[in-house]
Amino acid sequence: MRKDSHVPYTADAPQRPSAEELRARIPGWGADLDPADRPSVPREQFLPTGAHWTMPEDQPGQPGQAERERSIEHGRLPPVYGTSVPLRGLSGAIRHHAYRRYSEARAAHWLLLLGADRVDAVESHLASLLSTRPDNPVTKTGVQSELGQGPLRSRFGQHRADAGHHVIDPVLIAGPWVLAGGAAYGAIKFLRRRAAARR
Amino acid sequence: MRAMVYRGPYKIRVEEKPKPRIEHPNDAIIRVALGAVCGSDLHLYHGMMPDTRVGTTFGHEFIGVVDEVGPSVRNLQPGDRVMVPFNVFCGTCYFCARGLYSNCHNVNPNATAVGGIYGYSHTCGGYDGGQAEYVRVPFADVGPMVIPEWLHDEDAMMLTDALPTGYFGAQLGDITEGDAVVVLGAGPVGLFAARSAWLMGASRVIVVDHLDYRLEMARTFAHAETVNFAEHDDVVVHLKRTTDHLGADVVIDAVGAEADGNFLQHVTATKLKLQGGSPVALNWAIDAVRKGGTVAVVGAYGPMFSAVKFGDALNKGLTLRMNQCPVRRQWPRLLEHIQAGHFQPRDIVTHRIPLEDIGEAYHLFSAKLDNIVKPLIVMDPA
Repeated sequence: MRKDSHVPYTADAPQRPSAEELRARIPGWGADLDPADRPSVPREQFLPTGAHWTMPEDQPGQPGQAERERSIEHGRLPPVYGTSVPLRGLSGAIRHHAYRRYSEARAAHWLLLLGADRVDAVESHLASLLSTRPDNPVTKTGVQSELGQGPLRSRFGQHRADAGHHVIDPVLIAGPWVLAGGAAYGAIKFLRRRAAARR
Repeated sequence: MRAMVYRGPYKIRVEEKPKPRIEHPNDAIIRVALGAVCGSDLHLYHGMMPDTRVGTTFGHEFIGVVDEVGPSVRNLQPGDRVMVPFNVFCGTCYFCARGLYSNCHNVNPNATAVGGIYGYSHTCGGYDGGQAEYVRVPFADVGPMVIPEWLHDEDAMMLTDALPTGYFGAQLGDITEGDAVVVLGAGPVGLFAARSAWLMGASRVIVVDHLDYRLEMARTFAHAETVNFAEHDDVVVHLKRTTDHLGADVVIDAVGAEADGNFLQHVTATKLKLQGGSPVALNWAIDAVRKGGTVAVVGAYGPMFSAVKFGDALNKGLTLRMNQCPVRRQWPRLLEHIQAGHFQPRDIVTHRIPLEDIGEAYHLFSAKLDNIVKPLIVMDPA
């Protein structure tokens, strides 16, 4: 800033480089200079899209999709929708309730969905233990990528603002497994004691 | 097919899934050639986006080859090499008819406030994404575009989200000749927003981040001045001082929900999920822009409330503009820019990682290790 500048206390505008200087320094400078000649101007305009329908035909329902959950702010089920993971289990019941009962305007809607996400994770971990491919709490986190990728060099001496809360991530990730393991160990110990007492 | 599958916060793995099938007459099935992990995928990975279901495949940035088309598809045929915008959109609803493709009303039963996005939770429609060998692409006649012969595949990849979103952010700023523009965030979208600001006549572009290696790319790729906010006690005061105490004419928030810079805000939003996103970047934007200026937001935020300093925005008479980018609208002009040599989008790609190692890609990107800026997921190295 120039020492003699009175910006913004007078009407003076700040000194800025000229168009010629900028054009010489920046490839393509000013190619979209005209605000009226930009792809999203005006914001709302009809453009041909390649669509050859007025209203898309409805996606045929599938087994398990008959009751496709939808926001109560919709007047109807939209004609096309994703089918990646249908509702299931306790998390599905919570999600179903969130969609059926609360609009997108209600915090309860989103808090229930976030809660259901956590329930879903627990359900899925437990189900995986009964499958041929149980969840591996280490490899699924991608933590092996720390090796050889400069974990210390990347984090320290770099002015990083996030180093302070990096330590929270392992607690969040490993915490539930440690707690579950502790609970299982405690339960087994308790049952053994009871069995020993009966003998 | 092999696909990335979400298993809960911070946990993903690659597993076998059924190959997607045509579910609607205007669907296509695309065999993915290149995918990517986007910074906004990290919000899903961290468990911030409501209704992110275990079993979902992420990935809204992908290009590939048409494998199969539904009976009503006219504009594509098997064998076409296509790029796919991250928006799922119908092309004819009230909003699409007005060019608001990212706000399509016909593709997302789960929410009316957001359109459809590939691999971006059920809140965005429940579509599986492209971090897989195959992906279902609805409305194949309006979304995908055959990749021009002259266009490099990695440049096409950048056109599926990061480049159009950055360019759109600059447009939302309504930049006029001589404007001073601050871009918050030196990730891919921020870098492209900064580069685009010059196209629209900015006289100064200042990029703010806390990762030195990304700021280096902001200097070399985006020709921008840089500010590492971690080096300043109060980055807003620093920005004011460097803009003649006026503030910037335009500030673009290219950070979104996981902004650092305030420990309390970051932890309450990203770790405890008590806000829809950390409001740090948005509040800095409101504070650092000049009175009467414009704040453009293209960083992704969740649907919950965030502690935004709205009173300051009101008192300063700001214009706040934001949206998910309607990608297809940006392509013709961006292709002109690439062909004219104004920039080469693939210059920001730092990592090319096989699908089988995608768990490591997410961790690298989440923890910002190994100077990562943009990781691509390579499906068919041949």
